[in-house]
Amino acid sequence: MQFPTQSSPYLPPVNDVTRLMVTVMLAMIPGVLCLFWFFGWGVLFNLLVASFAAVGTEALILRLRRRPVRPTLGDGTALLTGLLLGAALPPLAPWWIPAIGASFAIAVAKQLYGGMGSNPFNPAMVGYVVLIISFPLQMTLWSPPHGAGHDLLPLLDAARLVFLEALPPGTRLDALTMATPLDAARNDIARNLTWSEILQRPLFGSFAGRGWEWINFGFLIGGLWLWQRRVIHWQIPAGMLGGLFLISALFYIADADSFGSPVFHFFSGATMLGAFFIATDPVSAATTPRGRLYYGAGIGVLVYVIRTWGGYPDGVAFAVLLMNMAAPTIDYYTQPRVFGHRDAGDDGND
Amino acid sequence: MTSYRNIVRDGFWTNNVGLVQLLGLCPLLAVTGTFINGLGLGVATLLTLVASNVIVSLIRSLVRPEVRIPVFVLVIASIVTLIELTMSAWFYELYKVLGIFIPLIVTNCSIIGRAEAFASKNSVGKSFVDGLSMGLGFMLVLVALGSLREITGTGALFSQAHLMFGDAARSLKLVLFDDYGGFLLAVLPPGAFIGLGLLIALKNVIDRRMQRRAVRHTAVAGRVAEA
Repeated sequence: MQFPTQSSPYLPPVNDVTRLMVTVMLAMIPGVLCLFWFFGWGVLFNLLVASFAAVGTEALILRLRRRPVRPTLGDGTALLTGLLLGAALPPLAPWWIPAIGASFAIAVAKQLYGGMGSNPFNPAMVGYVVLIISFPLQMTLWSPPHGAGHDLLPLLDAARLVFLEALPPGTRLDALTMATPLDAARNDIARNLTWSEILQRPLFGSFAGRGWEWINFGFLIGGLWLWQRRVIHWQIPAGMLGGLFLISALFYIADADSFGSPVFHFFSGATMLGAFFIATDPVSAATTPRGRLYYGAGIGVLVYVIRTWGGYPDGVAFAVLLMNMAAPTIDYYTQPRVFGHRDAGDDGND
Repeated sequence: MTSYRNIVRDGFWTNNVGLVQLLGLCPLLAVTGTFINGLGLGVATLLTLVASNVIVSLIRSLVRPEVRIPVFVLVIASIVTLIELTMSAWFYELYKVLGIFIPLIVTNCSIIGRAEAFASKNSVGKSFVDGLSMGLGFMLVLVALGSLREITGTGALFSQAHLMFGDAARSLKLVLFDDYGGFLLAVLPPGAFIGLGLLIALKNVIDRRMQRRAVRHTAVAGRVAEA
C-alpha cells in the first residue's frame, strides 16, 4: 500500500473567512439558477436588493460603531446574509421587503450583538421571520412556477411590479400569484383530500412541488460540493435531513393519505437551502461533532412539526432560530471527553 | 441629605424606574402597544406610587420593622383596589383594554421598592416628591415606548384617545403616514423588547455625551484656573 506524499513546503490551504464565504456563494449558484428559471426576474431583484441593503447597513453600522469598514465588508458575511435572505423571499414581493429584511438582519441580529462571530441567531433567518410576522400578505406573493399556469412576467413588467408596485395592464395581483406547494398541500389536507389527489394538481411535479423539486435538487448539489470542499461538516445536514426523514416516515407509514412522504418534505420549501446553507452557519450553530447531529435533528423535526401543524407556510426559519437558542445547551452537554480525562458525567468522586 | 432637586433628577433620569432600575417590566412590555394604553397604565401607576409613598411615610414611625413588608403590601393593595374600582367606573373601555395589568400594579416592584427604600425613611414631603417624580419617570417611558411602537407599527398616533378623554378626543388620532401598511412586529411582543432596548441605549448615549461634555468643561475650567 502506498501513501501519496508531497514534498515541502507544506503550506496550509488558505481558509480565511472571505474564501469560505465566496465558496458558499458559488455553491448557491445551481439552486439560484433553478429558482430563476422557475420564478423569473423577481428572484434576481430580491437577491440584488437584499445584498445591497445588507452591505449598506453593515457599512453604516460599522461607521457608527467606529470600526474599520473596508476589512469587515471584505469578508463577505454581510453579502452572504443578503443573498441567503434574498433566495428565500417570494419573487413578486415589493422591493422594500428584501430591503427591510436585510437591514434588520444586519443591524439588529448581527451588529447589535457585536458583529461577525457574536450573533446568537442566524441573521438571515431573523430577517425572514421579521418579514413573515410583519408583512404576511407580501410574503405570500409567489408566482406559479414556470410550467404550471401562465408564463412568467417579462423583465420590464417584473421590474415595474417590484420597484413601482405597478401591475401590468389588465391583470390583478391575485392572477399573478399562487399558493406554494406546501401551502396548497396543507389547505387541501384540511379539505380532506388525500395525498394522491393533491399530487395530481398542476402545481405539483412528479413527487413534490413543480419547480421546487429542481430548486431543492440544485441546492443539494451545491451543498454536497460545499461538503466535499470541507466548508461545512456533514453532521448538521445529515442530522437535519435524518430528523426530517424519521418523523415524516413515521407519519407517512401510519397514514399515507394525509401526511406527505419524506421525499416530498426533502424537496419542498427551503429544506435543502436550510440543511446545507442556513443551518450550517458556523456562528450560530452547535459546534461539537455530536452536538451538530442533535442540532440538525432538532431542526429537521421542528421543520416537520411547523409545516404539518403550524400556521406558517414553511418552518425552516423558525426551526433554525429555535435551535439557535438551544445550541449553547447542546454544546454544553456534548463536550467531547478530553483524552486522558474522565467522562464529565462521573467526576463526582474525584 | 437628599435634596428635592436630587430626588426629582433621580426619578426622572439617573434612577429611572423603566430605563435604569428595569422594574415593572411586565406591564411596561405588555401594555405599551399604543400611546393611550401606555398613558393609562402610567397614570394608574403614578397615582399608586404617590399615594403609597405618602401613606407609608405617614405611618413609618408606627410600623414595627418586623412587620413592615406585609403592612406596605396591604397599603399598596388597598390603593390599587381603589384605583381599579375607579377606573372600572369611569374609564370602563380603557379598563377592559388594560385588563389584568391594573390589579397587577400591586406586584410592580418599583412601588414596594420605593416604599421600602425611600418612603419608610423620609419625611412626607420628600416621599411625595419621590413618588411623583418616580411615577412620572415611569410614565414617560411608558408613553415614549407606546408612541414608538404605535408610530412604527401602525403609522398613526393617539388612536383610541376616546378611551381616556371621552368621545370628543376621537378626532385626536393623528395619521402620520398615509397608506402605511403597518410594521406588525413593533406592535407584537418582540417590538416591546426591541423598543425598550433602543430606549435604554438612547439614554446611555445621552449620558455618555453629557459625561464627556462635563469632563471637557472641568478640564477647561482647570486650565483657566491654572493660568
